Amino acid sequence: MSLLAVEDLGISFGGVIAVDGVGFRVEPGQVFSIIGPNGAGKTTLFNLVTGIYTPHRGRVTMAGETLTGLAPHLLARRGMSRTFQNLQIFFRMTALENVMVGRHLSERTSLLSDLFGLPASSRQNRATRDAARVLLERVGLGAVADTLAGALPYGALKRLEIARALAAEPKVLLLDEPAAGCNAVETEAIDHLIADIAKSGVGVVLIEHDMKLVMKISDRVLVLAQGRRLAEGPPRDVRENPDVIAAYLGDHGAREADRAGA
Amino acid sequence: MLGRLLRARYATLFLLAAIMIAVPYLAPSAFYLRVAAVVWVFALAALGLTILMGYAGQVSLGHAGFLGLGGYAVAIGPARFGLDPVLCLFLGAALAGALAFLVGRPILRLKGYYLAIATLGFGVILALVFHSESDWTGGPDGMAVARVTVFGTRLAGAATWYWVTAGALLIGAFLALNIEASPTGRALKALHDSEVAAAGAGIDVGRKKLAAFVIGAIYAAFAGGLLAAMNGLITPDAASFMHSIELVAMVIIGGLGSVLGAVVGAAFLVVLPQALTVLQEYEQAVLGLLIMVFMIFLPAGIVPTLRKWLLERLS
Repeated sequence: MSLLAVEDLGISFGGVIAVDGVGFRVEPGQVFSIIGPNGAGKTTLFNLVTGIYTPHRGRVTMAGETLTGLAPHLLARRGMSRTFQNLQIFFRMTALENVMVGRHLSERTSLLSDLFGLPASSRQNRATRDAARVLLERVGLGAVADTLAGALPYGALKRLEIARALAAEPKVLLLDEPAAGCNAVETEAIDHLIADIAKSGVGVVLIEHDMKLVMKISDRVLVLAQGRRLAEGPPRDVRENPDVIAAYLGDHGAREADRAGA
Repeated sequence: MLGRLLRARYATLFLLAAIMIAVPYLAPSAFYLRVAAVVWVFALAALGLTILMGYAGQVSLGHAGFLGLGGYAVAIGPARFGLDPVLCLFLGAALAGALAFLVGRPILRLKGYYLAIATLGFGVILALVFHSESDWTGGPDGMAVARVTVFGTRLAGAATWYWVTAGALLIGAFLALNIEASPTGRALKALHDSEVAAAGAGIDVGRKKLAAFVIGAIYAAFAGGLLAAMNGLITPDAASFMHSIELVAMVIIGGLGSVLGAVVGAAFLVVLPQALTVLQEYEQAVLGLLIMVFMIFLPAGIVPTLRKWLLERLS
């Protein structure tokens, strides 16, 4: 029984098949990457897995429990967290508060306790704040904890989203282009962070365009093209797969991937 | 020192209490106290919208409907069922909360303009019911509200009502400030910024919005009940669309999401029309103009703008 098993997922929008019978499995501690050209259906696949869209066919299970069609907040409760390609940051909150929201599932207060400002709520606030601070330090944003998220640079926001997703203590973490728009140093930091997260036993599903990063940290790679599975396997096999080279990377891309692997 | 004070959770409460104590000394006439009491009541209703609009980011253009509901509860309960008016104040709030719970479920699925129009429709329906069910509500002329007696003391006179409404507002502000700093408040502010990300963090967005809507309705109903009891009269006008718009305007002019802002906004829209009566037929025009000027120059609202300015000066 896999940690996350996706079987035969499919959805179409107005006759256009966006994802067509895609499946994959992720085990604890694994980094599973999904690559493919723009419009291949990577983010749509993420949205199907995380409950933003309801698939027309197929199944999503986590540790044997069927999760297909559950609302995102229920999936979060079962241990699934994600980040977003186009940032979904709480811009009016500080960096710390953003991560504190991520702790929502571990917060144990009632509405009445919150209304009357009972000690239980203050205690919970302190516990949440402490946990969030640790996570901010972990992604290297400890110094900007009290800065409004709206004032942080793009690269920092990418890491802030990871910290917020981690705050829920997920079993499966889906990262949608965490290194997009990041410079080499930032990408390196994210690389270490992802490896570190996987090492702690979390199953990481990664969408990423940075081939160097993908080839370096992935245990398995799934290649999508036009909503279909083109290839799947360890990075080396995928890179050498003639279909992938032809359909996705192209000649130029293949050379680049070679250099990256060398 | 002042900087820390500006950031402390209950600073608003102390400032508010200080103002409440100062007003009777500065303006010691029954007329001014009465105007101030109306400010406190509308501020209480606006505070409900601060939670709904300011924290959770959900607009309601029908909130005066709940105000009317609270008012009519205090009027009808004692007159028709012989119930205690104070009990009816709480019954009205409970009724408003229950109604908000029922209506909120389908309505709050809507977003932005659609939510605005749906809540508007809801408010209009309530106003219409108060208007036309004359057997119960006295129709367009409204109905008298029996005098309120608490522990054998009749609540009468401007000063008494001034302190009753001030106390109610302080309690309302206390609860609103607590919510803001709590896990619930964080969840509301999160879904305001991004519902997708809030849901991704495990927040039941629909339920949290509903909670904010119900709390907002209860605030408005309490305010409506106090207003009716204080005036000794309730008319369908209390639930009118115009009043709903005024409540929204109070929250925005004072500063969206700011507890003190709701009070300042209420003061702005209650006191200014009184002060502008000297302009006679130009009153409404000048009032409208002033609202425009304030929104253009203080788009974040009066209180947040002042607060930011003060904090910048201090640092």
